[in-house]
Amino acid sequence: MGALTIKNVCKSYGPVDILKGIDIDIQAGEFLILVGPSGCGKSTLLNMIAGLDGITSGEIQIDGRVVNNLPPKDRDIAMVFQSYALYPNMNIRRNISFGLEIRKVPKSEQDRIVNEVASMLQIDNLLDRKPSQLSGGQRQRVAMGRALARKPALYLFDEPLSNLDAKLRVDMRTEIKMLHERLKTTIVYVTHDQIEAMTLADKIAVMKGGIVQQFGSPRQLYDDPSNMFVAGFMGSPSMNFVPCKVVDMGNEAGVEIDGGAGTFRLPIKSNQLKSSVGQEVMLGIRPEKVTHKIESHLEDPNFHLAKCRVSIKEPTGPDTHIFVHMNGAKVVCRSNPDSAKEPGEEMEMMFDLSKMVFFDPKTEERLV
Amino acid sequence: MSSFSADTPHSSSTMGRIFIYGILLIVAGYFLLPLIVMLFTSVKSMEEIRTGSLISFPTSITFEAWSKAWSSACTGVECSGLSGYFWNSVWLVTPTVTISTFLGALNGYVLTKWNFKGANVFFSMLLIGCFIPFQVILLPMARTLGFLGLAGTTTGLIMVHIIYGLSFTTLFFRNFYVSIPNELVKAAKIDGAGFFMIFWKIMLPLSIPIIVVSVIWQFTQIWNDFLFGVVFSAGEAQPITVALNNLVNTSTGVKEYNVDMAAAIIAALPTLFVYVVAGKYFVRGLTAGAVKG
Ligand SMILES: Nc1ncnc2c1ncn2[C@@H]1O[C@H](COP(=O)(O)OP(=O)(O)O)[C@@H](O)[C@H]1O
Ligand SMILES: [Mg+2]
Repeated sequence: MGALTIKNVCKSYGPVDILKGIDIDIQAGEFLILVGPSGCGKSTLLNMIAGLDGITSGEIQIDGRVVNNLPPKDRDIAMVFQSYALYPNMNIRRNISFGLEIRKVPKSEQDRIVNEVASMLQIDNLLDRKPSQLSGGQRQRVAMGRALARKPALYLFDEPLSNLDAKLRVDMRTEIKMLHERLKTTIVYVTHDQIEAMTLADKIAVMKGGIVQQFGSPRQLYDDPSNMFVAGFMGSPSMNFVPCKVVDMGNEAGVEIDGGAGTFRLPIKSNQLKSSVGQEVMLGIRPEKVTHKIESHLEDPNFHLAKCRVSIKEPTGPDTHIFVHMNGAKVVCRSNPDSAKEPGEEMEMMFDLSKMVFFDPKTEERLV
Repeated sequence: MSSFSADTPHSSSTMGRIFIYGILLIVAGYFLLPLIVMLFTSVKSMEEIRTGSLISFPTSITFEAWSKAWSSACTGVECSGLSGYFWNSVWLVTPTVTISTFLGALNGYVLTKWNFKGANVFFSMLLIGCFIPFQVILLPMARTLGFLGLAGTTTGLIMVHIIYGLSFTTLFFRNFYVSIPNELVKAAKIDGAGFFMIFWKIMLPLSIPIIVVSVIWQFTQIWNDFLFGVVFSAGEAQPITVALNNLVNTSTGVKEYNVDMAAAIIAALPTLFVYVVAGKYFVRGLTAGAVKG
């Protein structure tokens, strides 16, 4: 139940192209996250999947069935909205059962489902209240309950947690994850929060400007971003970008970096960029891949030590963020608090060479 | 107000209140004076009216004028009081208010939640209807009613009032419904509800404040209307405002001020009643859009 295929879907409002050829394909039971900055077309795409708005061209399949011309009620979907959209005039019980009522589910069956959903979401004691008498977190649960009451092929969530406070958001995130583990249903979930995306998803589609920048598993996106936008968007603090020149290091190519305490060269493993010697590239490396000196890695050829000058030190508790300027770009490094040096001092930083990625500084695309 | 008085000396705040309430009383008295004069005059005998002054308290109270105004005063050649015309107005107002409010709600719902091509142009044109004076549409309307064979009938008058009122009721509901989140309608669509189901089960139950506004507005407009009534209805079918005019202007012998006043109060009572009953909802409804749906 619930595979979703989106083929070359475009959407224009008048002369404005909002979605420009979206291709996404997920298996039944997968958790798909659409993530991207505000205004990139995530909600628009979700509305198209729901059938609340028509597509300009392309094809959407749910469970192998083309749904392009089906109204929302015939698409076998349920949706949770950012504003929850609970019916203010109905009590919670009725809010949850409204969809069942319209589908002419027998009354006794309705009651059974409402009670089941309510106990699953721990809202049993709220059933006779009106939505206005509920807190934000409770409303959120009811909105999910309304979606869960029917057993559709596909659940659609549009930023369901963005109106909750930080603490509740983390709790609900875990609950949604547990719910998915338990129900094994297909979920399409929109968010602009990359942490939500990383923690929840089986598959992530990073969107920008109506285009899917990259589609893949969280790991793929994190380790193998296909362009600088995806690289910078996923992860917090985000990936460091250092402009540098490719140099010849005998067997392999390397990049030359000035870290404020003399220049050093980082060899590029896996025979990359040998043909690009002399060219400018953008080195991408995540903060946790530039660390304090770790003794156990000293023998490993994938790790490289180099002296850099500390500009700023930011303790976060478990680690301390060290800010270093490399070739003029600000680079965040994640250090053990005990090993962190003071601003102005030199510090030996350890680079994980296997996790370096390179981008074309002009097109911002990944270099192979 | 309370925080204001908390940090000012007690006596000066009391003085302030006395001043404010004094002003309010004077203004209220000023506005009430015409009504008081009407009320007093209507329960005086003609004898007392001739001898006493306009605003003096009635020495003996009699309801003769009221009963005459209701059942036997002459409105032209006919002398059977206002009662028949009162019910004419009731039968005129009930369907017009109901239908124009309902259609206004439907219009507002379509305009805000089922965006169609040209919705804005449609709404702008409808809006112009709010600024067209009664007099402008008299002739075209008369021709239309004649064409439809409804000239001089109550049905015709009902139609005129519905059409004229639609601009206003649509405006009320449209402005109210824009503040109701579209996601509510989307959620209902996904739950499987269709056009009318959403209207009945979701939109209308949320519309109580604006329904009250629309009903009060339409009720007072139509009950108090004289021009459409005098132009588009005839004889027996005339509304109470036209009958009141005829009653006051019928000159057979002495002018009976007490009967005139009683008749005027009778004609005004229903609108007064509606305000008293639903007035607080009226104010609440007018500001409802500004707060939250
Ligand atoms: N009905 C519409 N008419 C015109 N433009 C729209 C409409 N709905 C959305 N848009 C535009 O489409 C773009 C994407 O919107 P949306 O999908 O809501 O973005 P988000 O990724 O933040 O959810 C925005 O620029 C928005 O202004
Ligand atoms: Mg959105």
